[in-house]
Amino acid sequence: MSTTITPTESGTLTRAALTSDRPTWCPGCGDFSVLASFYKILEKRQLKHENIVTLAGIGCSSRFPYFVNTHGAHFIHGRAVPLATGVSLARPDLDVFVFGGDGDGFSIGGNHLEHGARKNIDLTYVIMDNSVYGMTKKQTSPTSPVGFKTKTDPLGAVDRPVNPVKKLLAAGATFIARTHASQVKHMIEMIERAMDHEGFAVVQVLSDCSNFFADAFDSANPRKGGEYKIIEEKQWDNTPEDALRHDVTDEAAAYKLADAPFPGPFGVYFQVNRPTKNALEEAAIDTIRGKLAGCSDIEILQKTLDRMK
Amino acid sequence: MSTLPTTSTSASPQPVAGRADLRPQNISDAVIRLAGDSQDGIQSLGGFLARLAGRSAQDVMTYMTIPSTISGGPSIFQVRIGSGEVLSAGDEADFLVAFHQHSYDNHLNSLKAGGVLLYDSDNVEPNPDDKRFVNVGIAISSLTIEALGGTAKDKGKNIFVLGLLASIFNFDADKLKALIRERFGKKDASLAETALIAFHAGYNYPVADMLATRYHFEPVTNHSGRDQVTMDGNQAIAYGLIAAYPITPWTSVMEILRTELPKYGGLFVQTEDELAAVSMAIGFSYSGNLAVTGSSGPGISLKAEAIGWASMAEIPLIIVNVQRGGPSTGLPTQVEQSDLNQSIFGGHGDSPRVVLAAASVEDCFYIMVEAARIAKKYSTPVFVLSDSALSTRIEAFDEPDLKALALDLKPDLSPRPDGYKPYPLDKITQHAPPGSPMLGGKYPVLTGLEHDEMGHPTGSAKLHVQMTEKRRQKLQKLAEELPLPEVHGDAEGDTLLVGWGSTYGPIREAVNRMRERGDKVSAIHLRHVHPLPNGLDKVFAGFKRVVVVELNDEGIYGFGQLATILRARYCEPKIRSFTKTNGMTFLVKEIIDGISK
Repeated sequence: MSTTITPTESGTLTRAALTSDRPTWCPGCGDFSVLASFYKILEKRQLKHENIVTLAGIGCSSRFPYFVNTHGAHFIHGRAVPLATGVSLARPDLDVFVFGGDGDGFSIGGNHLEHGARKNIDLTYVIMDNSVYGMTKKQTSPTSPVGFKTKTDPLGAVDRPVNPVKKLLAAGATFIARTHASQVKHMIEMIERAMDHEGFAVVQVLSDCSNFFADAFDSANPRKGGEYKIIEEKQWDNTPEDALRHDVTDEAAAYKLADAPFPGPFGVYFQVNRPTKNALEEAAIDTIRGKLAGCSDIEILQKTLDRMK
Repeated sequence: MSTLPTTSTSASPQPVAGRADLRPQNISDAVIRLAGDSQDGIQSLGGFLARLAGRSAQDVMTYMTIPSTISGGPSIFQVRIGSGEVLSAGDEADFLVAFHQHSYDNHLNSLKAGGVLLYDSDNVEPNPDDKRFVNVGIAISSLTIEALGGTAKDKGKNIFVLGLLASIFNFDADKLKALIRERFGKKDASLAETALIAFHAGYNYPVADMLATRYHFEPVTNHSGRDQVTMDGNQAIAYGLIAAYPITPWTSVMEILRTELPKYGGLFVQTEDELAAVSMAIGFSYSGNLAVTGSSGPGISLKAEAIGWASMAEIPLIIVNVQRGGPSTGLPTQVEQSDLNQSIFGGHGDSPRVVLAAASVEDCFYIMVEAARIAKKYSTPVFVLSDSALSTRIEAFDEPDLKALALDLKPDLSPRPDGYKPYPLDKITQHAPPGSPMLGGKYPVLTGLEHDEMGHPTGSAKLHVQMTEKRRQKLQKLAEELPLPEVHGDAEGDTLLVGWGSTYGPIREAVNRMRERGDKVSAIHLRHVHPLPNGLDKVFAGFKRVVVVELNDEGIYGFGQLATILRARYCEPKIRSFTKTNGMTFLVKEIIDGISK
């Protein structure tokens, strides 16, 4: 999402001003660091407080709007993207953020994720993926790895997990990034880049469920013996190293990166500029209204009724 | 139509009880049924007749069947034109135009004994032994081809027939020609010229050789001083919405809005599914506008969960349900009023919402404005029920006074004072949309969880009791301001008919006919079905029995959907039920027979 940064009096948007209800997450949940990063980003960017909207569906992570003191709504399961689409299209002045988990994003809301992406709705969507249904106390989620033992798969999950990056690429998302809740600096950078992107921008944050899948992402956590591999993006500096770097506008290269064995690399997989639905609809309305310049709404409707006489 | 013609081909026309006692050639009411295939353009022919009636300040009502195939298939269009109040599309036709043999075979029985059968002699062979009707055979197909130079095959027959009918009924040919030019001349003037050739060929055909009588509608003077507009129920919904000024995501209402809304700066979005549609609409409303989403049958079921959220989170939203026969995929092109229960009760938990039902095409227009007003004032989802009969039927009505109707529904982004609460227990919720500065520093969260006054989740039993009450009480408050429907007929009598939705016209006509024969029958019509207006019991008190007439099943306990609700509300055993489920609108005589049992 591109943000219309309207600097208010500097420093008004403080952590204190943004703090709301005490999070209901379990101790050690990765979502705390996503929330802390979001406060930091808002403090840094000083968006207009009343223009920030945080929206969510259902799930542990979807409780997010209660924990941020901004305008917000806690909607129904899986439909946060269409809700946010309505807000984004109706109100270009707002900074629209959607927060949710892997269930909301890839299972019940999977269809809406694709259509939000193909329509290129201007919004930022942070998906806190913990690869487990934590709220229902350890059931298999759409990103649970094969073999993972849960209450719904006591012998180990058998269904092939969703590959979120490939799903988003196929759907036509214009900004796709991956990050890790334990890598705060990288996470902040990814969310900020998503905010600055004009269009449907998704950040998949691997965010551990401390209770039900605590070791899910250890293979990417250096503090736990893993390796956090960052995608090196092309600098376009004509150096031999640059030839090996990732071109974020290359869709085929992004698919290849997304095929890496878990946990795979982190960073921006794909970013292109394509007109948003917001812009296209606005242009269409402007064209049509341009032809009717000078007529009030009542006059336009009266003319239409006159044709039915 | 008044008593019918004497002609050369008619052996012995039966005398017919006319709807009006008029001199032979002057009529005040005629039912013309056009029967053909959908590609014959009979809808457009019927549409011309309806528009003409509207322009002549006559009352008009149409009825059509839609073939379930995409193109082709038998279809009919019935037009009833009257110099007085036209309340139904007519039980029987005075005039049948049959384009094909199947049209003749299937629709002859809808023609009144002594009525005129106009048929295409190129395609139809009437039964020579059937002497009930005045048979007029004209080679419609070959005469049209002859007139148009042999290029038009099948096209233009409808306009040829329009010309014939114009000559038979003394329609104003100039007005019709103007309508033809408006309709066809927009893109290509030659199209209009071709159509006019077909019209003249029909108009100048020596029909007098076969049908001795010509008819003439009683002239009417424009009673209201306002011009009439002619449209169908879905058009009325769409333009009513625009008059109310909302933003909209949402088959013909949607298409009209796609073209029309941008003119007003409004937005239309076609979504991937109903779940997205209603969610997006809620997003529009949440952002301070007023949104509408609409569907029929299964689509409404899909929207149910999100509508429950709108009830809980107290979001203004309009949901239009153009009802069809159900359940499941049901009867997609036929009519039923079987979604009343779903509208009122179709959500888990106690989820109050408002339900309005449009009585006529004209009412489709006004009810949308009313729905918008109620949705905003009470911050609530509002269902508007139409049905497939209303959606496709064309009526003429006095043009609305737009200036008096328009509502100002722009988002209110004014700063909210310290202490602002989205869900105050002592007031009706009025949300502060995003973009509104909160001077007290606390921003509202809208939610589907039970919540406190600030919108934060609560497990408090006391708050759930209070909030449930708050959501219920606003509907009770709305009930207080709803007008009691007028009684059509005397305030006291033997039988009171109660209707809702599209049965308005047929019920009223049934009452008129029964009163003419001396029955003590009256009727009321409910536009506000949930909440009901207060004081209906006082109206009911004037009658020995109350019969609720509706197009749905009598259910396992013997009462239709509204009848069940009224019985529950008033514990009144004299409330009875008359229902039917054959997928068609009520005939006037069905109502008279049904309630006379």
